[in-house]
Amino acid sequence: MAIPKICGIETEYAIIQPKLGEQNPIHASSVLVNAYAKQAELSSKGGVAYTVEWDFNDETPGNDARGLAPIGSLPPLVETHLVNAVLENGARFYVDHAHPEISTPECINALQVVKYDRSGERIIELAMSVANEALPPEEEIVVYKDNSDGKGNSYGCHENYLVDRLTPFGEIICHATTHFITRQIFTGSGKIGVEATGVDSNSIEYQITQRADFFEEEVGLETTLKRPIINTRDEPHADATKYRRLHVICGDANMSETATFLKVGSTSILLAMVEDSFLTKRIIFDNPVRCIKEVSHDPSLKQQLILNDGSSITALEVQWEIFNAASSYVSKGGGEFAGGEVANEIISTWERVLTGLESNPESLRTEIDWIAKRLLIESFADRHNLSIFDPRVRLLALQYHDVREGKRISEIIGLKKLITNNEVNNGIDNPPQETRAYFRGVCLQKWPESIVSANWDSLVFRLEDDHLKRVPILDPSEGSLEKVRSLLERVTSPNELIAELELSNK
Amino acid sequence: MAEQEYSKEQVPNEDSDTSHDEEGVSPSQTNSELAGELDGLLDEIDSVLETNAEEFVKSYVQKGGQ
Repeated sequence: MAIPKICGIETEYAIIQPKLGEQNPIHASSVLVNAYAKQAELSSKGGVAYTVEWDFNDETPGNDARGLAPIGSLPPLVETHLVNAVLENGARFYVDHAHPEISTPECINALQVVKYDRSGERIIELAMSVANEALPPEEEIVVYKDNSDGKGNSYGCHENYLVDRLTPFGEIICHATTHFITRQIFTGSGKIGVEATGVDSNSIEYQITQRADFFEEEVGLETTLKRPIINTRDEPHADATKYRRLHVICGDANMSETATFLKVGSTSILLAMVEDSFLTKRIIFDNPVRCIKEVSHDPSLKQQLILNDGSSITALEVQWEIFNAASSYVSKGGGEFAGGEVANEIISTWERVLTGLESNPESLRTEIDWIAKRLLIESFADRHNLSIFDPRVRLLALQYHDVREGKRISEIIGLKKLITNNEVNNGIDNPPQETRAYFRGVCLQKWPESIVSANWDSLVFRLEDDHLKRVPILDPSEGSLEKVRSLLERVTSPNELIAELELSNK
Repeated sequence: MAEQEYSKEQVPNEDSDTSHDEEGVSPSQTNSELAGELDGLLDEIDSVLETNAEEFVKSYVQKGGQ
């Protein structure tokens, strides 16, 4: 049975100090998070509870959705020593590996994810501004929202979707693999060259995605080495008897709001269809790892992909198949699991984008990143009579991912917006109202000094007698405005809050 | 490349929640208008590009992440 697709995005940003020879990205990332948290604390505005620690008690990234982790697999380490800030919008801003990362709060649909992803960009921009004011000019920090440095190093933009634990994981693997390989034609952010091992980096001028080159396995637990198309990390941050969190690691970070919307929207509907056993047809690729690269390496969209029965099909044809099923599913009421009215918007955008890709890809130049970026860099190369591999063209391709006001090339070229600037700013310090992010965010706003730690599924309060009290929120749909607003307005202290919660649990 | 163009889309009205404007460049725009618009945008883009492209691109090295 399908459940509402509560979802979110985690983005690892690239970070450099262009004027420094020796780079220390872990330090620079810490400076960035600290600078933002500190100014937010001082201005008592900007949405951060600086003193709140992230609570790692419930983090189990080594758990595998297939059961026991296979010998030799490499679960990622949890880095407890690095900087963490929990924001009043319910998000988390922290240092992951050697990158600043923002996880959006739990959102109720794809359009809300776009809003909080954009608010995350603004938070990064504000953090850069505050940090650079305090730093000497030669230590200036610059952050980009991309997924590859063009030299074989990649960092991710992960999506998370709440799914029903009862849905067989094999069904998810089967249908999601097909969708992830083929949705690249609208989720890709575009890249000059190729980064696959043993391949001449200039053997491909331009490919659709930043990430495809880095996928080496079909299914697996790893996220930093031998990356799999389907990641099996089984860490639901919720009641594990009821839910899974599907952790998707193969997407690109998008500058285009339409691309983020369609990436999350189409995947939400696909997963609801799998939960409802709505998909009767199985499209199974003979070699998914080869196919994910073949799709990315062919901006003409003509590449034939071999299926396990020996026949062949293009990515666009597969997307039309999935779209047709999704359209039928939503028309029969399935849209309620992907945002209701928003699901209708997903369907109409999906159809328009596939039609554009089929008939006139350039018509999508303000909506699909790889098309916008390609036209931009080719026009620039023509104007200055440069090869696409020229450093000036590569620089422009990098700066396409700039999030700073005034330097935001995606804005200069007029990428279409779905979210107003007012909404983006609202999302910096206000949580979504429909999920437990509301409870987390409002408690952080009201009692930051009494919350000693937080994570996705609980808050720990320090009460007046110095006792610590953990409040679990194991269901992501609990703690919404509808469910807890009157309680949060009625109580005047954490002690009163805990007393009321204990009473209601009796 | 002269006919490849960008339009400065209208930013959604600050009072409205979302915009679902699906208009792109008007088909009635002539090639010269589009070329002029593109030239203007590339001028603006030239002005935000970092200097010393070769060094900047060469030193853009990231640690692998997730």
